[in-house]
Order: sequence, then C-alpha cells, then structure tokens
Amino acid sequence: MVPTNYYLLLSAILFGLGIVAFVFKRNIITIFMAIELMLNAVNLAFVAFSQALGKADGEVFVLFVIVVAAAEAAVGLGIIIVTARNRKSLNVERVDLLKL
Amino acid sequence: MTGPVIIFFVLAALAVLGAVSLILQRHPIHSALSLIVVMVALAGLYLLMGAEFVAAVQIIVYGGAIMVLFVFVIMLLNAGEEERTNFSKLATYAGIPLAVATAGLIAAAIVRSSGGLSTAGPNGALTSTKTLSMLLFLDFVYPFELTSFLILVAILGAIVLAQREN
Amino acid sequence: MSEFLTQYAFLIVPIVKIVILVLIVLTVDAYLTWLERKVIAHIQARWGPYRVGPHGLLQPLADGVKFILKEDPLPANVDKATYFIAPFITLMLALTSLAVIPFGPQHFTIFGYETHVGIADVNISLLVLFAITALGVYGVALAGWASNNKYSLLGGLRSSAQMISYELALTLSVVGVLLIACDFSLRSIIDHQENGNLGLLGWNLFGFSKDGIGFTQIIGFFCFFLAAIAETNRIPFDLPEAESELVAGYHTEYASMKFAMFFIAEYTSMITVSCLATILFFGGWLSPFPASWTFTHYLPSLLLIPFGVWLIFDGIRYETIFGRILLPGVGAVLTLLGVALALFPVVNEAIQGPFWFLGKVFAFLFFYIWMRGTLPRFRYDQLMSFGWKLLLPVAIANVVLTSAYILWRMH
Repeated sequence: MVPTNYYLLLSAILFGLGIVAFVFKRNIITIFMAIELMLNAVNLAFVAFSQALGKADGEVFVLFVIVVAAAEAAVGLGIIIVTARNRKSLNVERVDLLKL
Repeated sequence: MTGPVIIFFVLAALAVLGAVSLILQRHPIHSALSLIVVMVALAGLYLLMGAEFVAAVQIIVYGGAIMVLFVFVIMLLNAGEEERTNFSKLATYAGIPLAVATAGLIAAAIVRSSGGLSTAGPNGALTSTKTLSMLLFLDFVYPFELTSFLILVAILGAIVLAQREN
Repeated sequence: MSEFLTQYAFLIVPIVKIVILVLIVLTVDAYLTWLERKVIAHIQARWGPYRVGPHGLLQPLADGVKFILKEDPLPANVDKATYFIAPFITLMLALTSLAVIPFGPQHFTIFGYETHVGIADVNISLLVLFAITALGVYGVALAGWASNNKYSLLGGLRSSAQMISYELALTLSVVGVLLIACDFSLRSIIDHQENGNLGLLGWNLFGFSKDGIGFTQIIGFFCFFLAAIAETNRIPFDLPEAESELVAGYHTEYASMKFAMFFIAEYTSMITVSCLATILFFGGWLSPFPASWTFTHYLPSLLLIPFGVWLIFDGIRYETIFGRILLPGVGAVLTLLGVALALFPVVNEAIQGPFWFLGKVFAFLFFYIWMRGTLPRFRYDQLMSFGWKLLLPVAIANVVLTSAYILWRMH
C-alpha cells in the first residue's frame, strides 16, 4: 500500500504549484483556475487522511469542498464576465482604477 | 515496488505535469485542458485510496461541470494568448525560489511530524457509498442543507451578474 | 508458455476481451449505418443502398474506404492542438463507456483467472458511465471552438449547452432504479430484476417483485430515453448538427478520418445508451418469459432456422451473381447455426443471456432509427425549455414518487 506521506507530499507540491500559478499569471481566468488547483490539492489531503484514519468523515468534507468550489466558480466567473465587459480586457493588470 | 506504488507514481507524475503545464501554457484554453488532466489524475488517486464515490463525483462535478463552465467562459470572452508585458526581474529571481522554499517547508513539516501516519491506513478497503451517505444525511445533515442553500444563492447571483444592463 | 499465461492472465485476458469488443463494436457501428439508411429509406418509400453488394450490404465497406482515401484538409488559423484532440476525446470516451457494460450472466475461468462476460465489473459502473457522459461535452465544445468558424462555434456551444441540460434529467431519471436496487453496479441491478418466476413483470419497467420492494419505473424510463436521445444529439434533438440550419454544426470543418471519428463516436454512444436502457429498465439479459418455461430456450433456434431458409430461397433468385452466391451462403450458415443450437443444450443455455440482451439492444436501436425517420426536429428554444421545464421536474417527481412508495412499503 502507498504510505500516506506520499499523498501529503503530492498535495503540498500541487498547492505550491497553484500558488506559483496564482502569483505569476496575468489572465484572470487562469488565476481562477489556480485557485481550483489549490482546492484540489486540499481535497487530496482530506481523502488521504480519511483513508489513514479509517473514517469516512474526510470524504464527506471533500464533497462539501467540491460543492462550495462549484458555487464559487459560478459566481466568480459571473464577476469575471462583467469585469471583462467593463474593462474590455482579461489582463489583471488592467483592472487598476483604485491604484494611486 | 508493488503495483499500487507504481500506479501512484504514474498518476502523481501526470498530476504534477498537468499543474506545470497550467503555468507554462500561454493560451487559457490550454491551461484549462491541463487542469482537466490534473483533475482526472486526482480522481484516479482517489480510486487508489478506495474513495470510489468521491472519485466519480470529482469527475462528474469538477471535470464535467465546473471545468466546462471555465471552457465556456474562455470561449465566450474570446480570451486570447497572454501578452508579454515587462516582468519585474525581482519577481522571477526571488519569487520562484521563495515558492519552492514554501513548498519545501510544508513538505519537511509533513515528513517530520509523521508519527502514526507514515504507514498506510488499515486494509485498503473501499469506502462504500452507504457509509458515506449515512454520514452525510445523519451526522452532517446541517452542513448539507446549508450547502444546498449556498448553491441556490450562487445560482441567483450568477444569473443577476450575467444579465446585460438594459 | 502456460506458466507465463497463468501468471499474467490478469493482464492478457482483459486485453484480449478489449480487442474482441472493439472489433465487434466497430463492425456493428458500420452495419448500423447500413441499417439506418435502409430503414429510413423504407419509411420514405424508397429502397436505400441496393447496388453496392447484395441489398447494399457492402455499402459500409465502401464508406470506410472513402473515409480513408479522402483528403484531410487543415483549415487556416485553427488551434492545432485542440483541433486534433477534439475528435480523439469524443471517440475515446465513447469507446471507453463500453468497458463497464455486462453482456451476459456467465462467469467462467480462463487459465485460473476468474472472469465474466464484460470487460470490467466495478462497484460504481453506473457512476462511471455518467462520468464519461459528463466528459463528453468537451469533445463537442472544443471541436466547435477550434474550427475557427462562426457556425462551428455556434453549433458547438449550442450542442454543449443542450448536452449539459439533458445530463441533469438523465442522471435524475435513473435515481428511481438506484433506490430500488440499492447498488450502483449494473450487474446487481440486473440481478435485482430477476424475480423468480415473474419474467417480464419483474423488469424495472413494471416493477413487480416477490420479496423486495419494487415500483414501476415507466416515468423514469421515458425521461431517461428522451434525455439520452438529446445527449447523443439525434433527431428530434439534433438542431446543433442539422444541415439546413448550421451547415453541419460543430463538425463542419472536419473531413475524412476526423469526421469518421465523430461519426463512430455518435453511433457507439447510441449503442451504449441502448445497452443502458435495457440494463436499467428492461432486465438486461433476462428473458421476458418466466424461468420455469424452459421450452422458450429454443426461441433463438426458432428464429434463426426460418430466417436462414428464407434467405436461401430469396437469395437464389437475386439479380447479381455475387448476390446469388453470398445470400444463400449466409442463409445456410444461419440455418446450420440454428440447428446446432437446438441440438447442443449446453451451448443453447450459454447463449440465452447474450441473445436476449442483443435482441433488446437492437430493438432500441431500431426505435432510434424509426424516430429519426419519422419526427421533425425541435427548435433550439423549444429544446431547452423541454429539458429544463418538463423533463427535469418529471424526473424529480419520479424520484419523489419512488421514495414515497418505498417508505410506505417499509412500514
């Protein structure tokens, strides 16, 4: 069987890659996808712990995380559509009306 | 190297390659496709851990609905390739080592604090859907009802946001 | 040699089964196109393919050769990676969904490896099928977008919106069956419909049950079948790929082999949906006659022998020489097969399950083709309002009714 540490390390690596994508990409939609990647990394950790401890509570929480991610994606993409219509660009650096 | 460990490494490599491809691709639709690859690889890992229902839900909801939403928005907004603006050199030369250091810190903390979790869990048994649903509808019924309300609010919000002002 | 086979049987046996299944399914796809053209032609009072081989039987072969030899153009300014991946995704998903379908009840042992008629027997086979259906939207959406063509994009977006909408009704309409069977595995759903001597009435469509709780799933069946026709983009729900409306929708810019992949994927998903409908609502491989009527086991022979004899007598008087040799030959083979089945009871018993399964699947496929020849197509807004305002509430009502009945019976 696969030791739980392997799953947790993979989760940490995916989370780190999600952070790198979040910081370095300039397209709003790609940044949003990096958030989804981070949520997936956390889901993996939840299921790994659920298997290690033998209880199914972790998997129930994964279902909740997936549902919340779906709701967040719907509203977030709605906001992105409105912002893109107003600023006529998907570049995150163009949304700078509050800059000094 | 037993069978499950080999499968784990194959799926883990696929997930990491997908995540790296998400960062390196220029067009958002290729990033979306790479993220779908990551999600399918993660579903395979959930199956390896015995969480069969969660694996199926991951593909159906995440891969078949949320990512479809992303792909639709990319197509509707006609997102093009990323422009090459001037990147601050500080960000590249200090940022990437910093990100690697953060991930390394988390990994070191995991490995050092293993204790009772470094070995595999009990027998690699499948979590039956019945166990999951008993937990969901008996112990966690309150969060369940709350999330259904949350979805309703999200639907209304998305409809209101996407309307054109007349 | 047999040592090697026994040790690696867990790998070799599934691979051999996959190869056999893919070959069979591709042949059935090809002859399904022949059947479709013949049936639609006869509905429209004409003959259909008649010249290419006796009764047009070699027409699929000619179509295949045409697909291979045709020029495969690459339109300008397409997104090459996505343009090439889209038909592959569609075909791969359509063929993968056949892996979890059980074709017969037998379990047998090859080289010490316990196996069954079907490729994979997973606990969540129904969920796997839904997952593959959910991923099928990508092939269509990406094909429409990658073609760099307004009509393709429009057709692709419309088709994906239609597929997503009807996916909800599809999955909800099956929940009634799941409530009765309490298991996701397709084999156990069929085993649950095997209710002693009830035969036809034990199927989920009628839902009578001796010791368990069953509720008729007629509403669920109609929701499922209509939603499945919309999922596979067939008439009457095929506005996104209708020729008079959007050129050819999302596969306008695809030619020869890539178009052939979309084509094969569509017919394979038709076959998968028919298999699902028979397994979930019509008892899969169960015979409609009660199990105690063992004389009905001679039905395959009873159908094959007259058909074979008729083919011999009809083929002898055919126009071309090739037809006068081929048709009586096929007829003779079928007659001999029928006689052999009647004479060897062991083979007859083994063939009962797959015979009824394939018979029901072909009945559904004929029904699909019949609908194509008869009904006009929906307009797009009628299509979407049908899916959201009619099918979805009816599917939810089915779930409520079924669970109310089960709760009432449990007290």
